[in-house]
Amino acid sequence: MAVNDVSFGVTPGQIKAVIGPNGAGKTTLFNLITGFLAPQRGRILYEDVEIQGEPPHQVASRGIARTFQLVQLFEHMSVLENVMVGRHRLSRAGLLAGALRLPWTRREEADIRQRAWEVLELVGLASRAHQPAAVLPLGLKRLLEVARALASEPRLLLLDEPASGLHRVETERLGELILALRDRGLTLLLVEHDMSLTMEVADEIAVLNYGRLIAEGPPRAIQRHPEVIAAYLGTDWQR
Amino acid sequence: MEILSPLPQYIVSGLTNGAIYALIALGFGIIYNATTIINFAQGEMVMLGALSAISIYQLRPSLPLAFLGGVAAVTLVGLAFERLALRPVRDPNPLSLIIITVGGAVFIKGIAMLLWGKDPYSLPPFTGHVPIALGPATVLPQNLWVLGVGAVVVLILEAFFRLTLVGKAMRACAYNPRAACLVGISTGRMVQLSFGLSAALGAAGGILIAPLTLGVYDMGTMLGLKGFSAAILGGLGSSLGGVLGGLLLGVAESLASGLISSGYRDAVAFFLLLLALFIRPQGLLGGKG
Amino acid sequence: MRLRRFLNRWLLFVAVVILIPLAVESEYYLTLLNFIGIHTILVVGLNLLMGYAGQISLGHAAFFGLGAYTSGILTGTYGINPWLALMAGLLISGSAAFLIGVPALKLRGYYLAMATLGFGVIVYIVFNELQTWTGGPSGLAGIPALALAGFSFNTPLKLYLLIWPAVIFILALSASLVDSRTGRALRALHDSEAAAESLGVNTQRLKLLIFVWSALYASLAGSLYAHTMNFIAPSSFDIMFSIKLVTMVVVGGMASIWGSLLGAGVLTVLPELLVFFHDFEVVIFGGILMTVMIFLPRGLIRGLLDLKEFRRYQKEGGGLSG
Repeated sequence: MAVNDVSFGVTPGQIKAVIGPNGAGKTTLFNLITGFLAPQRGRILYEDVEIQGEPPHQVASRGIARTFQLVQLFEHMSVLENVMVGRHRLSRAGLLAGALRLPWTRREEADIRQRAWEVLELVGLASRAHQPAAVLPLGLKRLLEVARALASEPRLLLLDEPASGLHRVETERLGELILALRDRGLTLLLVEHDMSLTMEVADEIAVLNYGRLIAEGPPRAIQRHPEVIAAYLGTDWQR
Repeated sequence: MEILSPLPQYIVSGLTNGAIYALIALGFGIIYNATTIINFAQGEMVMLGALSAISIYQLRPSLPLAFLGGVAAVTLVGLAFERLALRPVRDPNPLSLIIITVGGAVFIKGIAMLLWGKDPYSLPPFTGHVPIALGPATVLPQNLWVLGVGAVVVLILEAFFRLTLVGKAMRACAYNPRAACLVGISTGRMVQLSFGLSAALGAAGGILIAPLTLGVYDMGTMLGLKGFSAAILGGLGSSLGGVLGGLLLGVAESLASGLISSGYRDAVAFFLLLLALFIRPQGLLGGKG
Repeated sequence: MRLRRFLNRWLLFVAVVILIPLAVESEYYLTLLNFIGIHTILVVGLNLLMGYAGQISLGHAAFFGLGAYTSGILTGTYGINPWLALMAGLLISGSAAFLIGVPALKLRGYYLAMATLGFGVIVYIVFNELQTWTGGPSGLAGIPALALAGFSFNTPLKLYLLIWPAVIFILALSASLVDSRTGRALRALHDSEAAAESLGVNTQRLKLLIFVWSALYASLAGSLYAHTMNFIAPSSFDIMFSIKLVTMVVVGGMASIWGSLLGAGVLTVLPELLVFFHDFEVVIFGGILMTVMIFLPRGLIRGLLDLKEFRRYQKEGGGLSG
């Protein structure tokens, strides 16, 4: 079983990190929350509503957005278009109406484009708006994925190893972005391996090992938690 | 109950056709297990088997030679197909591979038309054409050959997959290609083997029915598609499923043709295919989705 | 600037379409062009399904045939208004596509391919067997021409004036679709189904929608075909034709509206050129399908363009990142 007997909650407005060794079940957890997997037992509550077993697009329509461990961009589309897809759940134009370019759909398209620009400017990718997503370096691709998720105006954002493959400066910038997002009212749930980033931004940390929750609490407490140290951190983190 | 009196006859002839569908279904299953793709050129291997055997027989009237020669020739074609059409693929996604095998099927059929023309050819039955009475039904000796050889082939295959090292290696590759690679099994070889094996199976089927239905350049299309339906019906990937699906399909076809209408005979296979896809896509005996 | 280039291309195209009947007098060539037009409508629809939604239909001839036979039977046998009959064809094809698509698209992978294969064969057999309605293997004759306010489209030139505006409309509509919100969702679906889902795109419903949409295009083409030939037979709607359609998509280029026109054009003209090599037609189609898919999986035209761009990138010393 990838994830067994994990119970924890995320408080609105906080940044919560989930850490644990590889194979501990972190991405599985994300897939369960976002509807890519259905749990055999248990419930997932979002704003007091049970959402387990819902298909991913339905979970997304509730205001939950995510990024992926291996970047899943729309490689054949431009940077701007990638973010425009992020506006999908907030727009309505259907196949026929859109194809016929009815007046209200044109207004909606202009609005989608405008909002997408704003998000690109927020994360600093506006200068690359018309480049194909495929040509971006990894750091910017991850950023684009975050931008795309942001465009859907989520209330909860799940980031799956966003720092993976990034170098020091990029990771610092990512940390700043995460904190800035929290300050704007977003709730963030983060899966990460990079300990300095995690300790830096997280309000609370949950630790998984072999699919079980072994500790939960603020960063300081986690650093000192004996089971966590034994399983994962090692003694270097005791400051 | 006059309407039911030809029933045993329908069932018997249904089983004969079903045995061929079963052999073709097994061919689909073997390649599917090794590669997870559907090889739509499978039906053409049946056709090539029949026509090659006939040509060999025309050069030298020896049935055993024709049989072995036909199977050998078509096995080479199957291996060549894998080597030339599938191995060099730049982007091996299911969509591309389906299209390639469809293209391959059409191509092979076209070549056959150029080599053999559109006329049907015959192959003499293996042991004569005196019908044998089997209770209320009569059966041709060739029908018994089909059933008999078919059964033997299925048993040999089962033994191969369960008992020999190579067979087990092939199954390992199907379950977990990466793990198989790690323990030293060459997945490339396994894929090659699967194509060769299913080509051989198809060819054998073609040679077995050639005395009954004649060999002609376009016999492969319908047979292939029906064999495919049988595979889905029984459960893609399960050999017993393939056999069951084939026999079931053959009998259903025969019954529908005899009892309802003969014009819709060919539609039965596809009707069952759609039924299977919509009600139980993993087939009767299939486990994995 | 992009808008200008875009408009230029379309203006050029429309200009060519208008000029051709002024220059070409031969009925043979006009008829050929009419067939290219009909095939283009078919191919664009199939391309939306294959190139964008990433699904494959191996039985699209069935929807073509349903449109043709609905139009043919309703107008020829029952004297119903051809435009109404055309609508009826759309309704029937669309419903059939919906009924097949709903269960087939619930499953992952290429189940739609298999279901369309089965459906295509069944429809072909039905066309052959329902002799009292369809005329069976010998076909259905006496299909009247389409008419609009007394103007009857009953010569190749007049049919050209019916078919090619329809083609332009379909091409424009499809290009507009690709550029719209739904089109973006489609292209997103093609690149990463998971990501599209995570952004709220109901991928299953989208695939179904596009499948039905492509069936509607095919039905329209079928009705036009019936009124062009005034005679239809089941042999035009067999699995080989479905495969030819797939070949046209592949040659023209997946996910390319203009490519659809090109693919339809090339592969409609080719058999005419090869009339002395008729026996080779099957081999050639199969060979084209295989070779293009093996080496240029995004289609012949698209693949060649990609190669050209790749070589240019290499020359400029740039990699793909940074």
